[in-house]
Amino acid sequence: MTGKQPFEAVVARHGATVLRVCRAVLGPADADDAWSETFLSAMRAYPDLPEGANVEAWLVTIAHRKAIDVTRAAARRAVPVAETPDDAAPPPADSPGDDLDGGLADAVARLPAKQKQAVAYHYLAGLPYADIAAIVGGSADTVRRAAADGIATLRRTYQETTHERRDP
Amino acid sequence: MSADELTRDLERAFPGHPADLRRLHARLAEAAQRDGILDVAYRTVDSPVGPLLLAATEAGLVRVAYASEDHSAVLQALADRISPRILAAPARLDVPARELDEYFAGLRRSFDLPLDWRLSAGFRRAVLSHLPEIGYGQTASYAAVARLAGNPKAVRAAATACATNPLPVVVPCHRVIYSDGRAGRYLGGPEAKRALLTLETAA
Repeated sequence: MTGKQPFEAVVARHGATVLRVCRAVLGPADADDAWSETFLSAMRAYPDLPEGANVEAWLVTIAHRKAIDVTRAAARRAVPVAETPDDAAPPPADSPGDDLDGGLADAVARLPAKQKQAVAYHYLAGLPYADIAAIVGGSADTVRRAAADGIATLRRTYQETTHERRDP
Repeated sequence: MSADELTRDLERAFPGHPADLRRLHARLAEAAQRDGILDVAYRTVDSPVGPLLLAATEAGLVRVAYASEDHSAVLQALADRISPRILAAPARLDVPARELDEYFAGLRRSFDLPLDWRLSAGFRRAVLSHLPEIGYGQTASYAAVARLAGNPKAVRAAATACATNPLPVVVPCHRVIYSDGRAGRYLGGPEAKRALLTLETAA
């Protein structure tokens, strides 16, 4: 009888996707901590994960909670200002990649949280809207709309950036 | 910008480079060890008898596996029988790896390692636990080993115990041969068994 794969195989298979998601949702500075917390927590709970569960959706669910923890901890450290969950995070100071990729990373960073999550979980983790709704709350339709709004904003800002770059 | 192009651009903007993942993996292994949730740690080492998989629990070395056993199948069996909380985490195997290096260099005649015997039980375990009594460079017959384990008639069972030793090399089942001199079954294949016996008589 063959049961669960060794956890090493889970890290090998999903490590990169979870890192991308953490980077998109939190920015490069806090992504490492969120990734580490996510996989440590997942490893602790792994023996109890039901057979046949969607491992990627499970990992993104954990990463989502860890990202909220990291964001709250950062907010506590920061100068106290009124914070609502949908506030856009400030753009990261040091975006990775060249100008073009940095432009997109900055544009994602400026999205409101719900849109950023919808875009990251759908386009980077490949989760269907219904699964994302189960993670972030709300309905599949609200998530779909958040993703569409996010993408529309990205198209606008990101294509302006690339346009400026090509034709200064 | 199609959905696929968008995904591709996002993946470039938010990379998951192998170097970053290696660093994060090492950090995860350390944290899992610290938190006591690293149930099985493993690494592979090169040796004159091919790459060996070494796996250890908190209690000690639990498995040594030849490439011919298929390392991924061995890891899956460890997940099924011990725990799926398994990571490639070399630190826990530093001492076993060093002792094996010394053994293959002809500089070590016995292993001084905590062993986790949980993968063998009953008479098989009794047989295996007596094997270190066969000295370096010596051999014993399956009949002699059955006698050592307290059941002189169980020669076939003694042979099966040796052929399914979860800790080959370290627990020296390679020193058990037929009374007529034939090498007998070995997890690593007959060449590996002969190579170890040759190493021990040359050193």
